[in-house]
Amino acid sequence: MTRHESVLELIGNTPIVNVSALSPKPNVKIWAKLEGRNPAGSVKDRVAISLVEEAEREGLLVPGRPGQTLIEPSSGNTGIALAMVCQLRGYHLKVVLPANVSPERRQLLEVWGAEIIDSPGSEGSNGAVRLCQKLAAENPDWVFLYQYANAANPLAHYRTTGPEILNDVPEITHFVAGLGTSGTLMGVGRYLKEHKPGTQIWAIEPPSGEMVDGLRNLDDGYVPPIFTDNHGSDMLDRKVIVRPQESIEWTRRMVELGLFVGISSGAIMCGAVRCAAQIPDDVEATIVTIACDDGWKYLSTGAWTDDIETVVERAKKIIYF
Amino acid sequence: MAVKVRIPTVLRSATGGRATMDVTATTVGEVLAAISSEYPNVQEQLFNTDGSLHRFLNVYINDDDVRYLGGVTAAVADGDEVTLLPAVAGGATA
Repeated sequence: MTRHESVLELIGNTPIVNVSALSPKPNVKIWAKLEGRNPAGSVKDRVAISLVEEAEREGLLVPGRPGQTLIEPSSGNTGIALAMVCQLRGYHLKVVLPANVSPERRQLLEVWGAEIIDSPGSEGSNGAVRLCQKLAAENPDWVFLYQYANAANPLAHYRTTGPEILNDVPEITHFVAGLGTSGTLMGVGRYLKEHKPGTQIWAIEPPSGEMVDGLRNLDDGYVPPIFTDNHGSDMLDRKVIVRPQESIEWTRRMVELGLFVGISSGAIMCGAVRCAAQIPDDVEATIVTIACDDGWKYLSTGAWTDDIETVVERAKKIIYF
Repeated sequence: MAVKVRIPTVLRSATGGRATMDVTATTVGEVLAAISSEYPNVQEQLFNTDGSLHRFLNVYINDDDVRYLGGVTAAVADGDEVTLLPAVAGGATA
């Protein structure tokens, strides 16, 4: 189908491409699902439309009614996707954004008319969530969809990403994705565990806890409610950290296959390669991984062109996941 | 087994600012016990009163979360690096 009434119809049904040339083992195939093909440029388009439509079904939002405001914490992609959806629906969006995201992320929010509220960069997404909770409590007329706790987030992946993956790669044995809100992992994970029992679910995360200042003690930590609600510890089979150096290296390796993807996609690819490396030589396996977005939003980091040590130091100071 | 432990900023007030420790242990549980015995104030931060790990504490062996490797019973080998990190919201600074 090539004619569409709305750009929103272009969300999902993303292509999946064979990246086995980067697999360390001939018996392990790796496929990457290219979520950068979504209209606002990332996997978060699926979440944004799901959050908004669920809120409309519940009557929290009414399309066309003037004066409706949403507020949401985001390190970028959810905000960008929500901004696009809100513009089409006529809602005003305020995004609480850590100050240290890449300038392209900030600018894209402005492109779609979102209002940016800065939270301290040193507090990472924790700080954005905390400030957003405070502002939402002070302004009860604003709609706070709270992607970290809203069941419509994993549901988007349970209903769309999961079935698409199983349909395109029915031989899947491992699913490897990034852990942020945990929406992708919880939604796709549940779908695969139900429809292809035995599929291993691997979570990849940046070493966030090392860099977030402002925690007085461990009680200031944060686990996304949707992770707890979906019994995330039981859902996941492994959870591994990928550090900035490897993230950049694998973001560059993806280019060898013509894939210009964002830095978190490089991190997740690195995780997929580690997953492949521990599979015995006599076992055939197929890993599906997610490329969350394309590289455009990270050009200012010099990730592909500058000296790698310089880029890694720069990457430690920005939010790319 | 000689293991290097990395202590996060949030716990360093209880370790006199110390960021790394070398301990001898065969499991993650023994690693945590070794830290607690040297710095008793750390113990109440690491564990709940029932002895389980604090819900906002992540422990990694060579960047692999031990919750999925058998928890405190996970084995450590010579030269392994054990990292303690607070759980924080995703999408945070790398």
